[in-house]
Amino acid sequence: MSLLPWIPYVTFAGALLAYVAGSRSARAGRVVALLTALTGLGLALTAAAAFVPGRELQTLVNRAWIPELGIRYHLAVDGISLTLIVLTGVATTAAVLFSWTVSERVGEFFALFLGLIGGVYGVFLSADVFLFFVFYEIAIVPKYFLIALWGSTRREYGAMKLVLYSFAGSGLVLAGVLWTYGSGAAEGFSLGALTAAAARLSPVEGGVVFALVFFGFATLAGLFPLHTWAPTGHVAAPTGVSMLLAGVVMKLGAYGCLRVALPLFPDAFAAWQTTLGWLAVAGIVYAGLVALVQDDFKFVIGYSSVSHMGFVMLGLATGELEALGGAVLQMFSHGVIAGLLFAVVGRMVYERTHTRDLAELQALPLHRLIPGAAAIFVVAGLASMGLPGFSGFPSELTILVGAWRHHIPWALVAGLGVLVAGAFTIKVMQRAFFGQLRGPAESTQKEHAAEHAPMEPLTLPEKAGAALLIAATVIVGLKPDLLLDWIMPALQSPAFALTLTKGHP
Amino acid sequence: MTGDYGALGRALLPEGVLVATALVVILCDLVWGRGRGRESRVQASVLLGLLGLVAACVILWQEGVLGEVGSGALNLDFLAVAVRVGVVVLSGFSLLTLVGGNTRSQPAEYVALLLFATVGFLQMAAAQTLLLAFLGLELASLSLYVLAGYDRTRPESAEAALKYYLQGGVSAAVLLFGFSLLYGLTGSIGFREISLVLVSNPPGALGAVAVGMVLVAFGYKVAVAPFHLWAPDVYQGAPTSSAALIASASKLAGVALFWRLLWSGLGPTSGGVNLSSSGPGGWVLVVAVMAAASLLLGNLVALAQRNLRRLLAYSAIGHAGGLALGLLAAGEVGPGPLFYYAATYGLATVGIFGCIALTERETSCATLEDLAGLWRRSPLVAACLAVFVLSLAGIPPLAGFFGKFVVFAAALRIDGLGHPAGWVALLAIVMSMVSLYYYLIVLKQAWLVVPPTPPRRMAVPLVASLALVAAAAGLVVLGVFPSILLGLF
Repeated sequence: MSLLPWIPYVTFAGALLAYVAGSRSARAGRVVALLTALTGLGLALTAAAAFVPGRELQTLVNRAWIPELGIRYHLAVDGISLTLIVLTGVATTAAVLFSWTVSERVGEFFALFLGLIGGVYGVFLSADVFLFFVFYEIAIVPKYFLIALWGSTRREYGAMKLVLYSFAGSGLVLAGVLWTYGSGAAEGFSLGALTAAAARLSPVEGGVVFALVFFGFATLAGLFPLHTWAPTGHVAAPTGVSMLLAGVVMKLGAYGCLRVALPLFPDAFAAWQTTLGWLAVAGIVYAGLVALVQDDFKFVIGYSSVSHMGFVMLGLATGELEALGGAVLQMFSHGVIAGLLFAVVGRMVYERTHTRDLAELQALPLHRLIPGAAAIFVVAGLASMGLPGFSGFPSELTILVGAWRHHIPWALVAGLGVLVAGAFTIKVMQRAFFGQLRGPAESTQKEHAAEHAPMEPLTLPEKAGAALLIAATVIVGLKPDLLLDWIMPALQSPAFALTLTKGHP
Repeated sequence: MTGDYGALGRALLPEGVLVATALVVILCDLVWGRGRGRESRVQASVLLGLLGLVAACVILWQEGVLGEVGSGALNLDFLAVAVRVGVVVLSGFSLLTLVGGNTRSQPAEYVALLLFATVGFLQMAAAQTLLLAFLGLELASLSLYVLAGYDRTRPESAEAALKYYLQGGVSAAVLLFGFSLLYGLTGSIGFREISLVLVSNPPGALGAVAVGMVLVAFGYKVAVAPFHLWAPDVYQGAPTSSAALIASASKLAGVALFWRLLWSGLGPTSGGVNLSSSGPGGWVLVVAVMAAASLLLGNLVALAQRNLRRLLAYSAIGHAGGLALGLLAAGEVGPGPLFYYAATYGLATVGIFGCIALTERETSCATLEDLAGLWRRSPLVAACLAVFVLSLAGIPPLAGFFGKFVVFAAALRIDGLGHPAGWVALLAIVMSMVSLYYYLIVLKQAWLVVPPTPPRRMAVPLVASLALVAAAAGLVVLGVFPSILLGLF
C-alpha cells in the first residue's frame, strides 16, 4: 500500500508543528519545515520508484464522503499527477532551503507555506472534482498572507491582486462545474460522472461552460491576457514563495485545464482550440518582449515565467498527443528552472546587494563578488533558454513539433518566442552579473568599494537547494524518458481519447 | 384528547424549561444577587441561563421527531428539531459572548429576555398555523427590540432599538394584514389547509397582495433587500451579544418559519418550476429578484465599509441573498441545504461577535483599524477570527464553503439556467469572489498590521476562549464532514 494519500496530511501536520516550533525558536521552525518537505519528497520518490505506468488513474483511496451529493473521497495517481507530485516535493524542499533567512514570525511563515503545499499535493492526488476544488481553494488564502507579510515591492497590492485573480479563477471553475452538474443532471462530481453530464449539455452551453472552466484554471496558469497577477505577485512575494508560485502553483492551473477542462468538453475544446492556441503564442511572445525591457531583475524572471507557461498552454491547445506530453514535461521543467531563477535573484543577489535594479547591479562586479551565484544563474539561464542537456529542451521541442503539425503559424510565432527568451536571458545575465566588463581603467569608485567589502559566500542551504534543482533539470534533460514513460501512457487513457481525436480532426 | 395534550406537553417541554429558567434567573438575581458585585451577578445569570439552554437541548435531543402535535398546530419534523437544536446552540453561544464582553447592568433581566427570545425562535421553527407563527415571531421580536436597546449608556443602542422596533412593527403589521387576508380567502389558519384551498381555488389579485405582504415580513426578518435597512444600524448600535443573537439564531428561526409558510402553505402560489403556468403570485420570481438585489447590494456596499460591524451587516445582507436562494432551492431538494447554510452561517457570525466582544473589553472595537495587531494581543482570538471570517468568505475546508456550494448546486439543479434560481446562483458565485476582498481586509488588520502603539496582551477568560474554540472547531468539523447535518434530511 502506497503512502501517497498521506502526503497532504503529513504536510498539514508539519504546518502545525512548524507553527508551534517556530514560535519557540526560529531554527526549530526551519528544521521542522525542512523535515516536512523532505518527508513529502521522500514519500513522492518512494511512490515513484514503485510506480507502474498505466493508462488508467490508479486509485489509492475511494470512499463515500458526502453521499447526498454523490461526492467521493477519491485519490488516484497516474503518470501525469505523479510527475507533478515529484516536482512539488523537489520545489518545496528547495524553497524551504532558500527561505532559511526568514527571521520574522518564522512559525507562521512556515505554517502558511506548508499549508499551501498541502493543498497543492491534494490537488494533484484528487480524482473527484469536488475534492480537487477543495484542495485548490485551500492553496489560495495562504498566498495572501505569505506575500503581504513577508514580501517586498508593493506587497499588499501584489498579494491582494494575486489572491483575487486566483479566487476569481476558481469562481469561474466553480460556476462551470456546478452548471455542468445542474444542467447535465450529474450523479456526482467524479470525472466520469461530470463527463457524462457535460455530454448532455447543448453545444452552446458546452462552449460557455468549457470557457468558464478552462479560463478559470488558465488564470492561475498565467494565460495571456489573464496573466497580469503573475509578475506583480511573483515580484512582491518573498523568495521561497516566488519559487513555489512559479514552480508549482501555476502548474495547478495548467493541470486543471488538462485534467478537468479538456476531457470533460472535447467538442467545446475543438471549437475553442484556435483561440486558445493564439492566446498561448501571444503570451509567449508578449511576455518575452516585456521581459526584455524590464529594469527590475525580478520582473524579468516574473515575465519569463509567463512566457514559459505559454508553452504549456500551447502544448495543451494543440490537442496532439506528443505536445500534451511535452506540456506536462514543460510543467516539470519550468517548475524547477523558474524556482532556480527566483532563488538566485531573490535570495543570492537581493539579500546581499539589497537592490534588484539592473542599472545598479550592472555597476557591481557580481561575478567576482558572488561567483557561485553567477555560475548558478548561467546554468539556470541556459536551462531556461532551452539548451540541449536541460529539461527545457525536450519539452519545448515536442511542443513546437506538435504546434507545427497542428497549425504552422503557431510554431513559427512560438519559435520567435524562443529567440526572444534567449535574448532577454542573455541580456539580463550580462547586465546583472557581468555588467562591468570594461577596461580596468574605467572601473568606478563604487566598484572599488565593493571589491573591498566582500559579500557573504553562498551558504550551505543555498548550495544544497541549487544543487537539488540543477540536478533535477539536468537529469530530466539528459533522460526525458524517465518522465515521458510515465506521462505518455496516461495521456493514452480513454479519458483523453475524445479530446485527442476531436482536437486533431 | 388527553393523549393529544400529553404529546403537546412533551412538545412544549423545552419552551417550558426555558421560561422557567428565565424566571429562576430573575428570582435568583433578586434574592442571591442583592448586594453582590456586578461580575458575580453576570456569571451567575449566564451560568443559570446556560444550564436552561443545555437542558432544553437535551430534551429536544431525547424527544427527537414527534411529528404533528396539537391537531397540526405544531409540526416537529426533522427540520423543526434540527432548527430548534440549532437555535438553542446559537443562543447559547450568544449568551457566552456576555462572559467575555463588557458587563452590563441588570444582567439577569438581559439573560431572561434572551431566553424568552429563544422560546419565540423555538415556536417559529415548528409553527404550522398562522396564529402560532405570528405568536412566535412577535415573542422573539419583542424580546429582541429590548435586547437591542439594552445598553442605556450609549445613544447608538437606543437608535438601534428604535429603528429595529419601528421597522419590525411595520413589518409585523403588514404580515398580520397578509395573514388576515389569507384567512379570509381560505377560511383556515393551518398551513396545510390553506395550501389545499389554494390548489383547488386559485386566489385572485387579493391573494397576490397577501403573498406580497408575507414576503415583506420575510425580507425584514432575514434582512433581504429592499427590507434590509435596519441591519447596519442594529449591528452597529446593539450590544454585542444582542447583535450576535439577531444575526444568528433569529435568522435561522426566521428562515425555517418562512420555508414552512411559503412552501407548505403558499406553495401553490409559488409559480413552481415552470413559471409560465403560475397562478397570480408566482413568488418564486419575486424571491429570486430579492435574492439577486440582496447579493449585489450587500456585497458591493460592504466593500466601502470602514466600520467592522457595518461591514458585517452588509455581508449579512449578502448572505441573506444566499439564504433566499436556498429557500427557492428548498422547494426542489428539501430544506437540507438551506438549513446547512443558515446554521453554519449563524455559527460563524456568532463567533465573530464573540471575538468583537472580547476585543472591546479593553479597547474600542468599532472600526477595522481597531483590530490592528490582534495577533499580538491574543493569537487565539485572532486565529478564531480568521476561521470565522474565512468561513463566511467560503474558503474550504470550512463549513461556509460547503454551505454555499450545496445551495448553489441545489439552485442549479432545479432546471439549470432555465430557472431564475440558476442565474441567481451564478450571480452569487460572482459575488462571493467580490466578498473575499472585504473579508481579507478584516484579516489584514487582525494579522498583518502593526499598531502604532505596542499592544498589550489581551486577557481572555477561559470560558470565552473555550466557546470560541468550540465554535471554530464546529465550523471545521461540519465543513469536513457536511453529512453530519445534510444526512439528517
